Amino acid sequence: MTAAEAPAWLGRRVPRIEDAALLRGRGQFVGDIVRPGMLHARFVRSPVAHGRLLGLEVEAARRAPGVRGVFTAEDFRPHLTSPELAVAMPAGAIRYVVNPRVLAADEVCYAGEAVALVVADTPHAAEDAAALVRLDIELLPPALDPGSALEPGAPRARLGCADNLLARFTVAYGEVAPAFEVAPHVFRDRFHLHKGGGHSVETRGVLAEHDRVDDMLTVWSSAQMPHRNKGVICAALGRAEDRVRVVAPDVGGGFGPKFVCYPEDVAVPLAALLLGRPVRWIEDRRENFAATTAERDQLWDVEVAADAQGRLLGLRGRLLHDHGADTPYGIALPQNSATNLLGPYVLPAYRLEISVALTNKVAATPTRGAGRPQGTFVMERMLDRIADELGIERAEVRRRNLIPPLAMPYRTPLTTRDGAAMIYDSGDYPACMADALRLAGYEDFRARQKAAREAGRHIGIGLSNYVEGTSRGPFETAAISIGPSGQVVLSTGASAQGQGTATVLAQVCAGVLDMDPARITVRTGDTAAIAQGLGAFASRQGPVAGAAVLQAARLVREKALLAASHLLEAAPEDLELVNGAVRIRGIPADRLSLGQVAQVLQGMPGFPLPPGLSPGLSSSVAWQPEALSYANGTHVAEAMVDPETGRITLLRYLVVHDSGRLLNPSLAEGQILGGVVHGIGHALLEETLFDAQGVPATLGYPAYRLPSAPILPWIEIHHRETPTPLNPLGAKGVGEGGTIPAAAAIVAAVEDALRPARIRITQLPITPRRLRTLLAAA
Amino acid sequence: MSEERFPISVTVNGEPHRLDVPARLSLADLLREGLRLTGTHLGCEHGACGACTVLVDGASARACLMLAVQADGRSITTVEGLERAGRLHPLQQALSERHGLQCGFCTPGVLMTLVELLDASPSPDEAEIRMALAGHHCRCTGYQGMVDAALSLSGGG
Repeated sequence: MTAAEAPAWLGRRVPRIEDAALLRGRGQFVGDIVRPGMLHARFVRSPVAHGRLLGLEVEAARRAPGVRGVFTAEDFRPHLTSPELAVAMPAGAIRYVVNPRVLAADEVCYAGEAVALVVADTPHAAEDAAALVRLDIELLPPALDPGSALEPGAPRARLGCADNLLARFTVAYGEVAPAFEVAPHVFRDRFHLHKGGGHSVETRGVLAEHDRVDDMLTVWSSAQMPHRNKGVICAALGRAEDRVRVVAPDVGGGFGPKFVCYPEDVAVPLAALLLGRPVRWIEDRRENFAATTAERDQLWDVEVAADAQGRLLGLRGRLLHDHGADTPYGIALPQNSATNLLGPYVLPAYRLEISVALTNKVAATPTRGAGRPQGTFVMERMLDRIADELGIERAEVRRRNLIPPLAMPYRTPLTTRDGAAMIYDSGDYPACMADALRLAGYEDFRARQKAAREAGRHIGIGLSNYVEGTSRGPFETAAISIGPSGQVVLSTGASAQGQGTATVLAQVCAGVLDMDPARITVRTGDTAAIAQGLGAFASRQGPVAGAAVLQAARLVREKALLAASHLLEAAPEDLELVNGAVRIRGIPADRLSLGQVAQVLQGMPGFPLPPGLSPGLSSSVAWQPEALSYANGTHVAEAMVDPETGRITLLRYLVVHDSGRLLNPSLAEGQILGGVVHGIGHALLEETLFDAQGVPATLGYPAYRLPSAPILPWIEIHHRETPTPLNPLGAKGVGEGGTIPAAAAIVAAVEDALRPARIRITQLPITPRRLRTLLAAA
Repeated sequence: MSEERFPISVTVNGEPHRLDVPARLSLADLLREGLRLTGTHLGCEHGACGACTVLVDGASARACLMLAVQADGRSITTVEGLERAGRLHPLQQALSERHGLQCGFCTPGVLMTLVELLDASPSPDEAEIRMALAGHHCRCTGYQGMVDAALSLSGGG
């Protein structure tokens, strides 16, 4: 990049422009927004996992004090183009597209599925009245265990589907069978990998208001993808795109589940339309457990083939995925698990058969990591198995299998979700691991471990490498507009849930326009601010929206210089943009503010614009990444285990990561820290449980255990920066890499701490009880 | 249904209020809906997440577990009461500088707990700070920036 284009603010720890309001309690989350005449909604939900809904008795609720409306699927039907949400994501392997229903009718397929909506003057009145709705349900046998759900004669999770096999597909390449025939070593393991929910501290919420003056339906929603929600709402309600606005105001954490468009996202706006009053619904925590999508169980049965030096020859097996009752987000989760298994390694032959089971549980959709931690866990644990069986040091086994830097860009034999080749664009995986081992004092650990053991302490070390495909397309948008006020407004289809999106995009813009990022107004997550947009998923917004902002800012800059060249009667190359104003080089007094340039480009009736210029000091760009860019990293964990109690204490956690050029190191570190701690929860604590009838058994905290401050070590983060050639900023995504390798590294450390006992941890989370059971059997 | 209401006198951020409140109204709902102080957030409504933490006569309490009638005669401080003459409380400043907040939803409750901690014990060490934060869920930050912020103020520097 030339000096003029150099994003001067990039790579700096610029303070967050989001903080001023949030620190003062002046954020505007959905639950904080009040509209005149606003009513409150409460959903009636199925208390059972599976049943025929024979009847709904709502009259008592309708008569209850303060109630303004009670709606069932039948009440909604005339007002919907379809009783289902049009949310299907294409995947050839899906045998049954099961879109969620706005409200369930005839059959309920998971405990928590919404069957009716009560709207009242207050949340109390709505909740009281909802309790008066009587459901007449004939219980049906539920399909709960994904394995037995696929056996012949198993109870069907949905009466409309002939069986429970939602999808079956194979991810494969290379000569797998011959590899196993010649391999001197073959090891087999079965893993039961559970991963929990998103657990943003803010639950979901929707507030809808219909303005009769302009027939505008405005929906404030704690959504990660407001433009997608708008599309679903328009389709469901048959409204034109310019009569629906979806706004994601301040959103209290996303982590995946909020990119799903839910039944409530249509039901609440429809109720507002029918009642002619604003309606707000704030999910309570029990609903969040029961009705917000989460990740869940994967059962892996795999074997790995290795040569005498521990080099991978092949890996094959089966993955059984507990999908849940409908398909709001396709089958991206098990696809990610299967393809991310490769990690940063050379795997000559691979065959994984994936079966996706419909079950009577809320749908499984991505949470931070999005299925990748499971694939990474399997690969990393099989590498540890090879190391232990062959007597090779665990890091050395990895060294022998890592893709060398000279092989970059490395074309894997796999394809991504959209059918494109999966190509690792850049990175030095061996150097990254070497950095991590050196910084962690890995070489000295055996001495430390020996000393600790002599003092009666069982400590162990584990490591894990990962890659993460980031910056998913197809595009993200940015529009920059400067008016006579001189105020720079940057609008984007990106949405923010705490990442610091506004700050990092303002940094990009500020570098090009040479101004303080704090002077830029950033509008995220509002469909009225920009026509197209995608939003938050797949660790993408910094690089993808950032690239769009970079291009949009350059266009505005060029236009400002060209316009000013006419006004100042100077050649454009003699002009410079300094501190938000255009001036003639060497003559600082001859300057025009961007506001003055904008004033001229706004036009005067009857007077022409300067030659060759279009109206307005503005630009709009949709930047389309040509492929995923792959971040990578190495995590090293040290753990102490009490063999008596099974208690695991993390002593140290170290991250070396490479997400390309860092746009704002503080923001990147924040993403990594949150990700690692999510991964620690995945490894040690978090487990969504159901009773034998399929009713959620974890409906609150601490029944569901989240990581808390006292159990965490100080997490050390070190950066490497290998710019990706796929992005003009050189940046890769950083949102999920912290989570992906964490469980593998921690479990390896726990196993290591218990040597010489050779336990093999194959189930997550590894709770003290499970660890004691393993130790008792060892 | 006209619920029976009870008169209370409560001081919020230094301002006295005389209110008539229903018995089942939580302190959190009184603050958020009644007084429009929406900085106090609700994350779980069963006392686990800590987002609704406020100070009651200087001691931290879960506003979701306390009834509004129980606030009668008490002095409540919420996040909106931390600023002094337009200046952020040192903890608010430190939290921003040490990247101790991301989405900001849990932040108000965390601030109240840390204010209480530093008022009671001006030089907490890392373990004490982490223990004080044990009652808060944060899914964004891994708590590290919060711990760092409190440490930066521990011992007056």
